Amino acid sequence: MVGPVIYTFGTPEQKQKYLPGILSGDVWWCQGYSEPGAGSDLASLKTRAVREGDHYIVNGQKTWTTLGQHADWGFFLVRTDPSAKPQEGISFLLIDMKSPGVTVRPIKLLDGGYEVNDVFLENVKVPVDQRIYEENKGWTCAKFLLAHERAGIAGVARSKRNVERLKSIAKAEIGDDGKPLIEDDDFQRKLSELEIDLSALEMTELRTLAREQAGKGPGPESSLLKIKGTEIQQRLTELTLEAVGNYAQPYPRGLGDNEFAVGPDYASAVAPVYFNWRKASIYGGSNEIQRNIIAKMVLGL
Amino acid sequence: MNFDYTDEQNAIRDSLSKWAAQQYDFDKRREALKSDDAWKTNWATFAELGLLMAPLPEEFGGLGGGPIDVSVVAEEFGKALVVEPYVPTVVIGGGALQYAGSAAQKEEHLNAIAGGERVIAFAQAEPKSRWALNDVTTSAKKDGAGYVLNGHKAVVLGAPQADHLLVSARTAGGQRDAKGISLFLVPKSTKGVSTRDYPTMDGTRAAEVYFENVSVGVDALIGAADGALPVIERIVDEANAAYCAEAVGCMRMMTELTREYAKTRKQFGKAIAEFQVLQHRMVDMFMASEESYSMALRATIKLGESDEERAKAVSAAKVSIGKHSRFVGQAAVQIHGGMGVTDEMRVGHYFKRVTMIDATFGNVDYHLRRFTALNAKAVA
Repeated sequence: MVGPVIYTFGTPEQKQKYLPGILSGDVWWCQGYSEPGAGSDLASLKTRAVREGDHYIVNGQKTWTTLGQHADWGFFLVRTDPSAKPQEGISFLLIDMKSPGVTVRPIKLLDGGYEVNDVFLENVKVPVDQRIYEENKGWTCAKFLLAHERAGIAGVARSKRNVERLKSIAKAEIGDDGKPLIEDDDFQRKLSELEIDLSALEMTELRTLAREQAGKGPGPESSLLKIKGTEIQQRLTELTLEAVGNYAQPYPRGLGDNEFAVGPDYASAVAPVYFNWRKASIYGGSNEIQRNIIAKMVLGL
Repeated sequence: MNFDYTDEQNAIRDSLSKWAAQQYDFDKRREALKSDDAWKTNWATFAELGLLMAPLPEEFGGLGGGPIDVSVVAEEFGKALVVEPYVPTVVIGGGALQYAGSAAQKEEHLNAIAGGERVIAFAQAEPKSRWALNDVTTSAKKDGAGYVLNGHKAVVLGAPQADHLLVSARTAGGQRDAKGISLFLVPKSTKGVSTRDYPTMDGTRAAEVYFENVSVGVDALIGAADGALPVIERIVDEANAAYCAEAVGCMRMMTELTREYAKTRKQFGKAIAEFQVLQHRMVDMFMASEESYSMALRATIKLGESDEERAKAVSAAKVSIGKHSRFVGQAAVQIHGGMGVTDEMRVGHYFKRVTMIDATFGNVDYHLRRFTALNAKAVA
């Protein structure tokens, strides 16, 4: 997400400072976009950054920050001009998560895990040279990032891997008729439909990539990839849940608890994953918002 | 035609919903889930409120009610997300005893169920049986005057709380034969019975149950040897009808919680309830809940008809409610946005509960196949 923003909008010094750590995987980043009152309506964000000499003083609260508890750095959307129109007074800041005044509070999710966080910013001092692009022009970076995030969320490769995983589960599972589930007509039909949907998504994504190679980066059409990609991911979690039968019911107390799976190993995380992946049609701009974007930006409605 | 509840049924519903509001709110329930014993207090209350005795025969400590009484209780339990093993004990255990038990067994166990002194779990599914009720490898071999049980039962709902286990075991025939299955009621404390307890996806409790050379007397046998499958099918249908009513309670709550949330959550300067796309989604949730109630009621009413009519109505309800509850659950979470995926919000726990119910005694696919097979049989 942040890599393309830095190499597209950053100064040579910023590129030099931040990109190598991203490339090597040594520096982990998290996203400070959503706020309790600004989810789908991202531009209504309230986190405030006030310029004082060569620093900004940042105050506010971000939420749904994925893996923020493990991140070294975060990229944040902050309001630098409260008098301007919502989209026009926003800046894009990079913040060291170890800065004084940054507090991270993990949020427990339906699967029992802690994947996202509230991030509280209290008088956090951020050097002005950690701002990417111009002051009050952060929305440009924000939208650019979102287009890449949406295209990335499509997750074709991961879904292809999960289709293979589902097939191997269906080979091991015995259906109610006593035959392997993979031989069941109903199951086969559902699996085939899913594979066909996935090939449509993959081909559409390849077309987007081809355009990006030609210098026409992802635009509003990346919303299509986000919607279809997350629908397929969620469908996969449903089919996997169906495939493991009643051994979806035992709920492990948490990964890493050193307990044997109750049923087959492959069944133990299936229900938590099903519940957890409801997030996919919500994050990165809910799928309703993505449809609004296509309606407005692509179809001109 | 009149589908209204009787005064007695309304009274059960009212006292139950009052109790839930005061003693079983979301925070109290969360605390109770962390404790191994809190359910006992609730169970004693169920006995006091007459919920345990409601459907049981009067001659054995019951109130002589029927499946509708159970469905009234189950729907309220759904609304309150009650995790105590009511259906396994009252519907399955109580049903098996009523339909197949001897006079002495009824006298002993039905009175105990009605009084809150007996908790029963149904040790039926096995690691490879999925939902097929006829697929039984757990064996019960004749041994002198009694039987010796060996086998592994999977995901036995309510087993951690239970004091007795209703066990399906093979006394004759091959693994998938319809004949040769028998039912036994075995105290969990019997030598050779061991369990591995765990929580399930929705916060209820279950266990893997292992029988290793478990000797039981002939008085543990419920009904005729080798002929238990029709009884099992009947009590599982009755359990499914109750679970359908419970799912309806969950769906109605999800619809209501979502409506309330959408009216207060503001984005783009207005309540999200004003967006038509969300209004229509909530209308679909409402319609799904109403249709589900219709199907649950229909199944409950038809529990007393012929085996085939009963089976078809229950499978139809499981299919309909399995699909509807998945839609309602997913839509409820979606409209709550990120909040819907958090453990802190109640709505997600209803979604978990209906997901659990769908995977109990046959999911949509299983019941669609069963319904189709029953139809084909009727045509042939």
